[in-house]
Amino acid sequence: MNDFILDSKVPSGPLHRNWSNHKEDLGALSEEKANKYKIIIIGTGLAGASAAATLAEKGFNVDAFSYHESPRRAHSIAAQGGINAAKNYKNDGDSIMRLFYDTIKGGDFRSREENVYRLAELSANIIDQCVAQGVPFAREYGGLLDNRSFGGVQVSRTFYARGQTGQQLLLGAYSALSRQLSKGKVCFFPRHDMLDIVVVDGKAKGVVTRNLLNGKIRSHYADAVILATGGYSNAYYLSTNAMASNVTANWRAHRKGALFANPSFTQIHPTCIPVKNNFQSKLTLMSESLRNDGRVWVPKKKNDLRKPNDISENERDYYLERIYPAFGNLVPRDVASRRTKEVCDNGQGVGKTGIAVYLDFKRVIQDKGKQYVQEKYGNLFDMYQKITDEDPYTTPMKIYPAVHYTMGGLWVDYNLMTTIPGLFSIGESNFSDHGANRLGASALMQALADGYFIVPHTITDYLSKETPGSLNKTNQSTFESVAHNTKQEIEKIMNIKGTLVVDEIHKELGKIVWDKVGMSRNSEGLRKALEDIPKIKEKFWTKLLIPGSKEDFNQELEKALRLKDFIELAELMALDALDRKESCGGHFREEFQTKENEAKRNDMEFMYVAAWQYNKDGKPKLFKENLEYKNVKLKTRSYK
Amino acid sequence: MNINLKVWRQEQDTKKGMFKTYRLQDIDPNISFLEMLDILNNKLIKKKLDPVAFDHDCREGICGSCGFMINGQPHGPQKATTVCQLYMRSFNSENEIVLEPFRASSFKIVKDLSIDRTAFDRIIYAGGFVPVDTGGAEEANLTIVEKANADESFLSAACIGCGACVAACKNSSAMLFTAAKVSHLALLPQGEPDKKERVQKMVATMDEEGFGACTNTGACSAECPKEISQENIARLNREFIKSQL
Repeated sequence: MNDFILDSKVPSGPLHRNWSNHKEDLGALSEEKANKYKIIIIGTGLAGASAAATLAEKGFNVDAFSYHESPRRAHSIAAQGGINAAKNYKNDGDSIMRLFYDTIKGGDFRSREENVYRLAELSANIIDQCVAQGVPFAREYGGLLDNRSFGGVQVSRTFYARGQTGQQLLLGAYSALSRQLSKGKVCFFPRHDMLDIVVVDGKAKGVVTRNLLNGKIRSHYADAVILATGGYSNAYYLSTNAMASNVTANWRAHRKGALFANPSFTQIHPTCIPVKNNFQSKLTLMSESLRNDGRVWVPKKKNDLRKPNDISENERDYYLERIYPAFGNLVPRDVASRRTKEVCDNGQGVGKTGIAVYLDFKRVIQDKGKQYVQEKYGNLFDMYQKITDEDPYTTPMKIYPAVHYTMGGLWVDYNLMTTIPGLFSIGESNFSDHGANRLGASALMQALADGYFIVPHTITDYLSKETPGSLNKTNQSTFESVAHNTKQEIEKIMNIKGTLVVDEIHKELGKIVWDKVGMSRNSEGLRKALEDIPKIKEKFWTKLLIPGSKEDFNQELEKALRLKDFIELAELMALDALDRKESCGGHFREEFQTKENEAKRNDMEFMYVAAWQYNKDGKPKLFKENLEYKNVKLKTRSYK
Repeated sequence: MNINLKVWRQEQDTKKGMFKTYRLQDIDPNISFLEMLDILNNKLIKKKLDPVAFDHDCREGICGSCGFMINGQPHGPQKATTVCQLYMRSFNSENEIVLEPFRASSFKIVKDLSIDRTAFDRIIYAGGFVPVDTGGAEEANLTIVEKANADESFLSAACIGCGACVAACKNSSAMLFTAAKVSHLALLPQGEPDKKERVQKMVATMDEEGFGACTNTGACSAECPKEISQENIARLNREFIKSQL
């Protein structure tokens, strides 16, 4: 693979004119011309479904693939808390500039100014669009839209639908997609995994998929490909992601030349239901919105085994309120998680395992009544009760941080195109907007900004310079050979015939990644991870046992193909974390912290995006995209 | 705890299925029902036997992927709970637990407990949307929605499309599913302009897909993990009749 200079293609004009100026310069296609092109979209969650619908409306023919039976089952559906938008309905001084600044600062100054500004600028349009689709957002008694607060900010700009905002937004995008499906502009392939991408003359021209129902491997041609395949939190085995969420599409693109950016930037969400035993298959998030009214505390005394209600007020340490008087319980996720780990490491953790803290609603129930809490958080409280068999109305919730989101992802330029021309990446699957830490209620915003409002313009520009359907016979053989390689790999995995099931190996991998590339990292641990992960890889290729046949509905084979890529990715995560000798956002290196145990950035040496190039025979190669801050002043994040 | 499972095994829709029994010992009552199935499957694989196929993904009760009959009830014994949110503490040691797929001629069996519910999608494709393109939407707060209607609409929109309503119905009717979507949009001003077309097309597709008729028994609503109210069906009927006037 050749050397090249990363060109972010960010416009150079004034920040607030950048996107509109850029849009004016982008090539356009009439509906009639668009109708000659085909676009493949992998993943039909918020980003994928919104892009598929919008592109079809513009006249393009879209083939959309998902491993689910229906687009409505994508993991976007599980997002609880809300979606940010700079509407300033609360008249609390919110503005595009403020949302932009909060997001840049929340990301600990490791994201592109121009991308983040565009995100803030588009945020209001998203709400308009969703309301027009009939998304039933929460409303005030006067019939206007309601807002609530989220972590890391001091204004109220989060729109929500109880604790099911992701569900309602996804059903909105799914309905827009359904309309295009009914018109035949989109063809949906359910229960299909993308297993490789086909690059012809340096450009993305298609994919190879496996039909999960019958194992058929097929290649599909298109004029451009969009990956909207979410994040890679399941590299940790236990995370709040759905069971099948995976990195395979992104990783296969990476292996074909797409650079992978900031893989070590992962988000550990502070409020999840703690791990209870070895059989745990996944973790459940309790929305950040709970921190609006819930208070986080641990007993002041170490190893205090008393029941929470027996511990008096002056024996409790409300550590977030104590350390961060200005933001209190609403500090950003990375800060809250790290402080929680700290108190638990110090022996103040609660519950049987000692790896949990309390989230207490006593005060709000006293002040505003149970009904207020029920209306705002009812479904979350019910869910908590079902899982833990404890009533959070009368006894505080037990929570602990868990892996929730990945800021890292495929490197994309301002047009959301990867380093493979014609291959775009949108939503969580790219690295673009959240820097080293994402603020709450910003994931939904980014997924929809990318899908509804950005990629439809930028991909049109790309296609306006491409001849549609330009595939000839010689290229056909490229497709055949990629599909052939995929078949061989599956054959190889089926033939290992060892003794370990996929989950056993995945758990081992997860433990390494969680211990060494989790909430806090250090050079020694990361080096150990880099020694241990190849052993897991070895184990995978020698000890794995897959039952049944590759031509059947074989859920173990699906898992194995995903795990294979997680193992390779985990190595890159550790390498990236080792290479970044600073602390920033969710990436906390123990060697680099202030006296108050806050993250210590090193802007002189590390103010860049780390974009890694795959190297089949050796160490990945690092490309740096230097970040420039022209509109905000760099400072140390402070939530005190 | 120890449990005796009786599980429906069927390779594919066109092949004949049968019950097989499995015994699991020393199960922790605090694991989830699906984690119990994970344990069963890992044991089966190690014995070189075929694991039980079942749909699941978010394991938080929201994606609608999971769902099968447990002792004759969709999603099992706990009210307003999907299978993935069900814990083994809901059962007693030495219980026999019978697992079957959601049975309806409109839901083909993929394998074992896994089914194909794409018929639901086709009902939505027929009209479960507001016909607006991206861009050009007006300022959101120009649309005023009375809080009571917005809340009611949300409750209908909370349907997760799992298919429990169809499985619970003696006629395999998809009325509750269809009615929830019709209601969600009928309760909002955004759904007003094309409401006649929507209800007619969705009902027609529901019939074409082979779902049965509704006889207002209410089993659907009683078994719905999201407690979608039967009132939605009354609203669908009202909308349907109004659409023909």
